[in-house]
Amino acid sequence: MLVIKDLHAKIDDKEILRGINLEVKPGEVHAIMGPNGSGKSTLSSVLAGNEKFEVSDGHVTFNDKDLLALAPEDRAREGLFLSFQYPVEIPGVSMVNFMRTAVNEHRKYRDEEPHTASEFLKLMREKKKLVEIDSNLTNRSVNEGFSGGEKKKNEIFQMAMLEPKLAILDETDSGLDIDALRVVANGVNKLKSENTSTIVITHYQRLLDHIVPDFVHVLYKGRIVKSAGKELALELEEKGYDWIKKEFED
Amino acid sequence: MNKTCRIINLQEEYSQLFKENISLLENGAPEQMNVLRAAAFDSFISKGIPSNKVEEYKYTNLQPYFKGTFDVAFSSDGAINNNSEKFHCGVPNLDTYNVFMINGWFAQQDELSTLPKGVIIGSIRDKAKEHPEIFEKYYNTNAPVDSDAMVAMNTAFAQDGAFVYIPKGVVVDKPIQLVNIMTGENDRLIFQRNLVIVEENAQVKMMLCDHTISPQKFVINNLTEVFANENSIFDAYNVQNQHNLTTQVSGMFVHQKKHSNILTNNLTLHSGVTRNNIRVTMDDERCESHVYGLYLSDKNQHVDNFTFIDHAKPNCESFELFKGVMDDSASGAFTGRVLVRPDAQQTNAYQSNNNLLLTENAKINSKPQLEIYADDVKCSHGATVGQLDDEAMFYLRARGINENEGRILLMFAFAYEVIEKIRVEPLKENIRSLVEKRFRGEFDKCDSCVVCGQQGSSVSCL
Ligand SMILES: Nc1ncnc2c1ncn2[C@@H]1O[C@H](COP(=O)(O)OP(=O)(O)OP(=O)(O)O)[C@@H](O)[C@H]1O
Ligand SMILES: [Mg+2]
Repeated sequence: MLVIKDLHAKIDDKEILRGINLEVKPGEVHAIMGPNGSGKSTLSSVLAGNEKFEVSDGHVTFNDKDLLALAPEDRAREGLFLSFQYPVEIPGVSMVNFMRTAVNEHRKYRDEEPHTASEFLKLMREKKKLVEIDSNLTNRSVNEGFSGGEKKKNEIFQMAMLEPKLAILDETDSGLDIDALRVVANGVNKLKSENTSTIVITHYQRLLDHIVPDFVHVLYKGRIVKSAGKELALELEEKGYDWIKKEFED
Repeated sequence: MNKTCRIINLQEEYSQLFKENISLLENGAPEQMNVLRAAAFDSFISKGIPSNKVEEYKYTNLQPYFKGTFDVAFSSDGAINNNSEKFHCGVPNLDTYNVFMINGWFAQQDELSTLPKGVIIGSIRDKAKEHPEIFEKYYNTNAPVDSDAMVAMNTAFAQDGAFVYIPKGVVVDKPIQLVNIMTGENDRLIFQRNLVIVEENAQVKMMLCDHTISPQKFVINNLTEVFANENSIFDAYNVQNQHNLTTQVSGMFVHQKKHSNILTNNLTLHSGVTRNNIRVTMDDERCESHVYGLYLSDKNQHVDNFTFIDHAKPNCESFELFKGVMDDSASGAFTGRVLVRPDAQQTNAYQSNNNLLLTENAKINSKPQLEIYADDVKCSHGATVGQLDDEAMFYLRARGINENEGRILLMFAFAYEVIEKIRVEPLKENIRSLVEKRFRGEFDKCDSCVVCGQQGSSVSCL
């Protein structure tokens, strides 16, 4: 599904990703952990196509396509989805209008007719139920005045609407209360299949109790410095990152 | 009757135009209009067409636009010559009372019986003669002839326009729509003068729509005086929709009495050079005013909104919001003068002007101008100039929305705040879709009048 080879990226001549290698196969769940500022969000931004970062080296294929050559919108249409760590507020753009435009652009890309108004509303209703999102939220402007938790739920709602092949969840668990965490995790699990993959970026084991990873990677200073099975997350929760940093410095 | 004038040196020929045609100007016009012409003319000639050396016109030098060879109508048949088109004008789902002008002259209006009793609407020339007591009490009492050359010019030259009188306690449900069609075989100089009186406890909403339907160059100086008396409610939506060869100087001068509530909204959707002079005088306690504007400019268009909110008495509130989206090499200006006079305590005055510049060549000058002489007041102002938000754009694209579609969504999001202020629901809907079309590049002002769908000639798409 996704193959990242020796990916380097920088911003303002500051190198943030310093040679990332990662392969994600269909049906797999990968967790990426690592200290603050290690480059986790940068990696997800670069994969989603944020032009703020300059890719200085490396190669990424997504379902055999050269991902880095695609515009952000085409990456999304090819099935890549990023749940943002900090979703932006867009006053004046209604959720309905935003989602209708997005869904229909995906359909157009697949040579499908746009949804009729009633088909679209039906889809909205179904997906709202799936992620237990309040109707009031979808009647408002995109993320405007949403609480931290509501924004995260809204990301998962959008994911449900767009049905991606690969979802990157960047700290989707932060700011969620216990119930919301369960709802979001259930949503993600319901959308999972043997053909879809998930990359979960998180600092906490509690999300990984619900979305069980096949692999856990530690990103540190722009490199993946350790990869193992799900037990690594538990170990990190217990011991912190110092031992890994130490191992790495040595 | 039409006269053709060739204007090269401005004052010289405008002076000649006035002097040679004074008897035509006066012919059939109400006496009070004629009485005021001479003094207005003197004021106009002593100041001249404003260049950018005049402080208040600093960002819009009108002089070049008022030069050229123009037809000027000195009578109704001159303005309406061989124009026998039937006009159909209506906002979808909105029942309006329509008044049509051609080149500033009254042409026709709907059956008056569909409005409440006592309402007077018609040509200002006729109605002033039928109701001199009303006309003389109000006409030109709220237009700054001495300080603004364009107001003086209008007062000296205008011969027709609309007269609207809403008697005490009458609520007019149907919005009144004044449509002014600019058309002709030659370039044309147009004057129009409207007078609107809303008596105590009366309410009325008006739409003003000036648009060009032939490709000639039009220069128009129009002026609307509004008197909102005690406890009245007045709305004016000025939809400006003209081709690029049009120069419009549009004056809206509102005078408020106690407890009145007024709203003006200048929606400049397409223009050549537009200068809006908007002045609200809150001449009594507890008045409320809402002064809004939205300008969408591209190519070489120029829009200059000059506003002046005069807090003359205590306990009044004003809300001012102007937003602009400027593309290509468009330029614009906003001036927000707010005067809080010494005894206008407990004034609340809020102003903001926000601009979105889509290119490096687009330009805006935004100038708040607060003059506060009372101490117990709340005033705020803010001006912003920005580009489309990169973060928001990336968010949209990350959901599969292409850049162009994303731009449209974000531009619309920026503009919608002003559209939301429209207090006539179907008009709001209509403007919403027009603005969206405008951003999509599908809206062609030449295809039709924005408001009414009046067909235009496609040659005027410049
Ligand atoms: N726009 C930017 N300009 C300059 N530096 C940036 C920018 N964005 C990110 N960085 C830097 O890149 C590094 C990696 O940031 P990134 O957001 O990827 O970290 P992270 O691993 O997601 O951290 P966290 O766990 O706190 O979310 C940090 O040092 C950060 O300051
Ligand atoms: Mg991060």
